[in-house]
Amino acid sequence: MEDKIKSLKMEHITKRFPGVLASDDISLNVEEGEILALVGENGAGKTTLMNILMGIYQQDEGRIFINGKEVRFRGPEDAFKAGLGMVHQQYMLVPNMTVTENVALGYKKAWKPFRLDLEMVRERVEEISSRYGLAVNPDAYIWQLSVGEQQRVELVKTLCLGAKFLILDEPTSALTPQETDELIDLLKKMKRELSIIFISHKLNEVKALSDKVVILRHGAVVFSGNTSDYSPSEIAALMTGHEIVLPENREPDMHGDVALAISDLYVRSDRGFFAVNGLNLEVREGEIVGLAGVSGNGQKELAEAINGLRPIEKGKIEFFGEDIANKTPYYVIEHGMGYIPEERNIEGIVPSFQIKENFILKDSDDEKFARHRFLKKKEINSNAEILRQNFDIRCPGTNTAAGALSGGNIQKVILAREITRAPKFLIAVYPTRGLDMGAIEFIHQELLKKRREGIGILLVSEELDEIMNLSDRIAVIYKGAIQSILHHGEATKKSLGILMAGLGNEEEKND
Amino acid sequence: MNIIINILSMTVPFSVALLLASLGEMFNQRSGVFNLGCEGIMAMGAFVGMLIPFSIGGGGAVAAGWNYLGILLAAVVGALLGLFFGVVVVTFRAPQGIAGIGLQMFGVGTAGTLFRHFVGGTQSIPGLSSNPIPFLSDIPIVGRIFFSHNIIVYLAFLFVPVAWYILQKTSWGLEVRACGTYPRAADSMGINVNRIRYEALAVGGALAGLAGAYLSVCQIKMFSDELIAGRGFIAVALVYFGHWKPVRIMLGALLFSFTQTIQYNVQGLGINIPYEFFVMLPYVVVVVVLAFTSKNQTTSPAALGKPFNREIRT
Repeated sequence: MEDKIKSLKMEHITKRFPGVLASDDISLNVEEGEILALVGENGAGKTTLMNILMGIYQQDEGRIFINGKEVRFRGPEDAFKAGLGMVHQQYMLVPNMTVTENVALGYKKAWKPFRLDLEMVRERVEEISSRYGLAVNPDAYIWQLSVGEQQRVELVKTLCLGAKFLILDEPTSALTPQETDELIDLLKKMKRELSIIFISHKLNEVKALSDKVVILRHGAVVFSGNTSDYSPSEIAALMTGHEIVLPENREPDMHGDVALAISDLYVRSDRGFFAVNGLNLEVREGEIVGLAGVSGNGQKELAEAINGLRPIEKGKIEFFGEDIANKTPYYVIEHGMGYIPEERNIEGIVPSFQIKENFILKDSDDEKFARHRFLKKKEINSNAEILRQNFDIRCPGTNTAAGALSGGNIQKVILAREITRAPKFLIAVYPTRGLDMGAIEFIHQELLKKRREGIGILLVSEELDEIMNLSDRIAVIYKGAIQSILHHGEATKKSLGILMAGLGNEEEKND
Repeated sequence: MNIIINILSMTVPFSVALLLASLGEMFNQRSGVFNLGCEGIMAMGAFVGMLIPFSIGGGGAVAAGWNYLGILLAAVVGALLGLFFGVVVVTFRAPQGIAGIGLQMFGVGTAGTLFRHFVGGTQSIPGLSSNPIPFLSDIPIVGRIFFSHNIIVYLAFLFVPVAWYILQKTSWGLEVRACGTYPRAADSMGINVNRIRYEALAVGGALAGLAGAYLSVCQIKMFSDELIAGRGFIAVALVYFGHWKPVRIMLGALLFSFTQTIQYNVQGLGINIPYEFFVMLPYVVVVVVLAFTSKNQTTSPAALGKPFNREIRT
């Protein structure tokens, strides 16, 4: 248990799922104190490979060696014993338990007969958190913590359980830019004591952090080498198989009419306080307004309020001159609102429905797809086939359950549905969160295309690159109100970062 | 005054069967398994519990030890039925609601059939006599309400804090809670989710069996097909009522039993209200209270009713 992991090797790993070759003869090795970046698009097989390493899945072929000795993990507990620890992309924390209790789940030393020594666990948590500079409150419940805090808890948990080799599955995908920078600094420090494999498709992070890079495409290694020898764009090209240049909004102002005007809006959060607190905002036709802000500052509540999903306490939402405040979602949809929600699996699709069914969720009683409420099978099928081709949705067929698709493809399903309904306006909430470069490029192009057609778009995002590339105007939201509105050219990453942190212009001068 | 004391002193022992069964159901649900078959396990427990003292004494008096043996065997049979339910819903991942109804019918039917085969017609037994606690039972009013019952009553109420301790302060309780809320996380920590669910089902089944035997050996002192009379389903409802917390479940069991004893007593008073109204009352109370307390349940086991399969993502 106390032995260091000097080297870890995976050789010729192959794993088949029904109909898919998830890992195809993959080999990689990591030495002590190294950081290896495992890079690839969504669905390239990165997570599967790491689940095999952790004993969660069993490989069909291939072998794993630690310090030159072959190991076989039958379950995650065997991998823990060997000193491996994984932070999953979807955090493995029980929400209604405290931090200490979550660590205790795996900390068998504290499992006394008839008694759980939570005091001992708490000491361990405090020891680890001070040693690695990971601030956590051992008595907080998980549901009370932000995503960034939860991730620190995951790291603390993994380290408490004695991990000397960390596997991080897309550690930054749900973090704010500030939290991402903190994490990168932290991991650089931790590298002195451990080896790390981290999965990512954000190339600047790969560049900043890793010593070596392994690129997967369709389950196979297409490249492996030293990170420092390659530029981000070279890695991106290897990852997707073609050059990627994210599109930018360089088009002239359309001077459209006001499409959406929100004035003095107050909306409560689930916990009862005003998450949207006197917000004013206008979006014109043919204009993309980027709503920049650290998540949790009222974006979610704002989007839900506009779409009729959350009651409005006070204020007006004028949509093409009509007040849609506190109207039903049906009413809002019928008046031409398109909505790409934040939780794509929960709000965007019905996961157990087929792709073709998800395409018509909002139009199931429309003449186009139903006659006297009986669904028209032929029209639904052909509609699905067209959308699948136009939006390059990669799936075995449109009869597949939408929930079985990768995040990028689910997002394309939602986008396809919302855009082809010919909306008069579009609200896109974190439309590219967790997606790979290829999918981001596609979605950005589609959004710009809609803008060119004269559609107003409210783009909620915390990716500053996305906001700055696409927006005509950038509104910064902080604590439920618009902090400031900048024009396309005025904003820099630094100025946006300062505004998003809630510091006004005066503080900027003092800086 | 006398009638109130009468009602209260009946409330406590009458709540025990519900209390034991719903604490058992609480362990099931906390681990993520919804066991609607509680009623069936209770019926089997009631039958086994009364069969032992009946076979020994033939309906006459027996040494207390035979009653206890019957109650113990009822718990064992209950645990086995819990494990059997586990094979169906944990290993074979059958839909839990339907499988639970199946278990209920299986238990009630089997108990009734075996009863007719081994016992015959309705037979009463002397059952377990009460053991008033010395000194405490002499306290006026309070003594009669709380300390003049049989041993099972005291043990059942002592089990409330024990159940809380097990859930909150032992490693097993921690595992149970994790499996019921987020089994994937428990699995990633090396916890065998299915094993924990089997264990919780065994514990829950044993308590349900015990609850049944309490009815046949301690409370009603006989067995019949209608003995359980929906108490197993009320026990399931009480778990929701009590938000999966032992103390609140106890309060629910007491409230239900209180309204039920009102019914027994008021019927005798000859008040001019149809007695069906009072028979209905306890159930109405449960439905109304459930309707008003079902919001904001942060303790609810999020994975309740969902089978766990490591290689399938949901």
